[in-house]
Amino acid sequence: MSDVRVAGTGLTSFGNSPERTSRDLFAEATITAFEESGVPRDDVEAVLYGNFMGELSEHQGHQGPLMAEAAGVQAPATRYESACASSGTAVREAVKRIRTGENDVILVGGAERMTNLGTAGATEALAIAADDLWEVRAGVTFPGAYALMAQAYFDAYGGEHEDLAHIAVKNHENALSNEKAQYQRAIEVSDVLEAPPVSEPLGLYDACPISDGASALVLTSEAYAEDHDLEAPVAITGTGQGGDRMALHDREHLARSPAAREAGAEAYADAGVDAGDVDFAEVHDCFTIAEVLALEALDLEPIGEGISAARDGRTTADGEMPINLSGGLKAKGHPVGATGASQIAEVTELLAGHHPNSDHVADATTAVAHNAGGTVASATVHVLEVDR
Amino acid sequence: MSDSDPVADAGFDEWLAAAAEGDAYYLECANGHGSLPPRRVCPDCGSTDIAEADLSETGEIRTVTVTHVPTPAFEDDAPYATAVVDFGPVRLTGQVIGIDVADVETGLTVALEITTSETTGERVIGLRPV
Repeated sequence: MSDVRVAGTGLTSFGNSPERTSRDLFAEATITAFEESGVPRDDVEAVLYGNFMGELSEHQGHQGPLMAEAAGVQAPATRYESACASSGTAVREAVKRIRTGENDVILVGGAERMTNLGTAGATEALAIAADDLWEVRAGVTFPGAYALMAQAYFDAYGGEHEDLAHIAVKNHENALSNEKAQYQRAIEVSDVLEAPPVSEPLGLYDACPISDGASALVLTSEAYAEDHDLEAPVAITGTGQGGDRMALHDREHLARSPAAREAGAEAYADAGVDAGDVDFAEVHDCFTIAEVLALEALDLEPIGEGISAARDGRTTADGEMPINLSGGLKAKGHPVGATGASQIAEVTELLAGHHPNSDHVADATTAVAHNAGGTVASATVHVLEVDR
Repeated sequence: MSDSDPVADAGFDEWLAAAAEGDAYYLECANGHGSLPPRRVCPDCGSTDIAEADLSETGEIRTVTVTHVPTPAFEDDAPYATAVVDFGPVRLTGQVIGIDVADVETGLTVALEITTSETTGERVIGLRPV
């Protein structure tokens, strides 16, 4: 099966811009992606767009055509909604379309406007990714759901809040050189441990921020890239998706994410690699504990051992398996619908040597992006490889 | 019915009412899988042969968190303890009541008791240590 080339990537700064509409954010990201790709807008055959809470934050449905228009593209457009995995899912659909030959050039990405809702409003909006009847009406928030998983992890395998704190410290450190990151600010373990609790054991510094932002990718077939002499050394070589029961309480094990394991296994097999071939990864660390669950689901750490990976230096920038060199959702920010495609953008830049943190992975050939929705009832995993 | 009348969630609201009367149930399929209403198809095996069965009076806390930053619907309730409780064939998520939130821990035995939100007055799945 032919690979899919990442011809161009574009990200807005992630952060606090409550007055900016998602159409404006997405337009900015697409301008960068088109400029970088050298692909003319006229060649785009489809726009696949990820967004989660646009009805709540902007009173806007039917966003596909709106976003194609914002990007200056005349092509059929579809919005993908899969909670925080919305644009990971959109990327996967783009990869499948290009591989089957249905399309040669696709604009894919996502955007989210969140900060205009305020903290309480955004908390309420994020909670709709959980089961409204059986979770939200019992008071489950998004941090609350991950806190339930964190406590279940501690009970099953040990570990403590300080282990999680090292993940936050690492990801803030990684974001220092990322000009698009919401937080370019170093923190210490004590900052995390002393921060106000959100849902115990998780505190304010265990949680990703509420963010506005957008991401865009121009993806092409191998043939299109060759015919047009595109400078596109990075390819998406594997894609996988997993699913699970909606409510956390229906998960057989409350501290594991089988949907991500399924997605990872499928993506590895699709790319013809295994976990041992992975040089670094961007994983969905919406909360510190989520990074632990992701590492274990992707077989980058054994079950029950991911908790110590950051603290022991295995996943730091100079460790054997750098995780979230972009700063992750934790420090880079998490404009929900933009996140999945933004991870692909970061991995592409890291592999291509264009990222401020590329020096940490100078010899890397293979990397993974892991995007999760809800309490991982949805997950997508992509494998990216670079021509060396 | 006027536009302002609240509309029930069929299946769920009957369950809350039954639970409030001490008659909580779960749904059991022909192959013995448990699930929660409203449900026409067993999510485990696809069986459409589903019947109500009595829910055990007590369950055990499998994991718990104390939430300090709630959604607006629980503004006046925070901090509150949310737990996932194993009732055997099904698990429920609810708020642990009648105990200092700091004392709630995994392994605690609790009974189902429908309570109300201090913020909205809406019914909430409550779990009282026994």
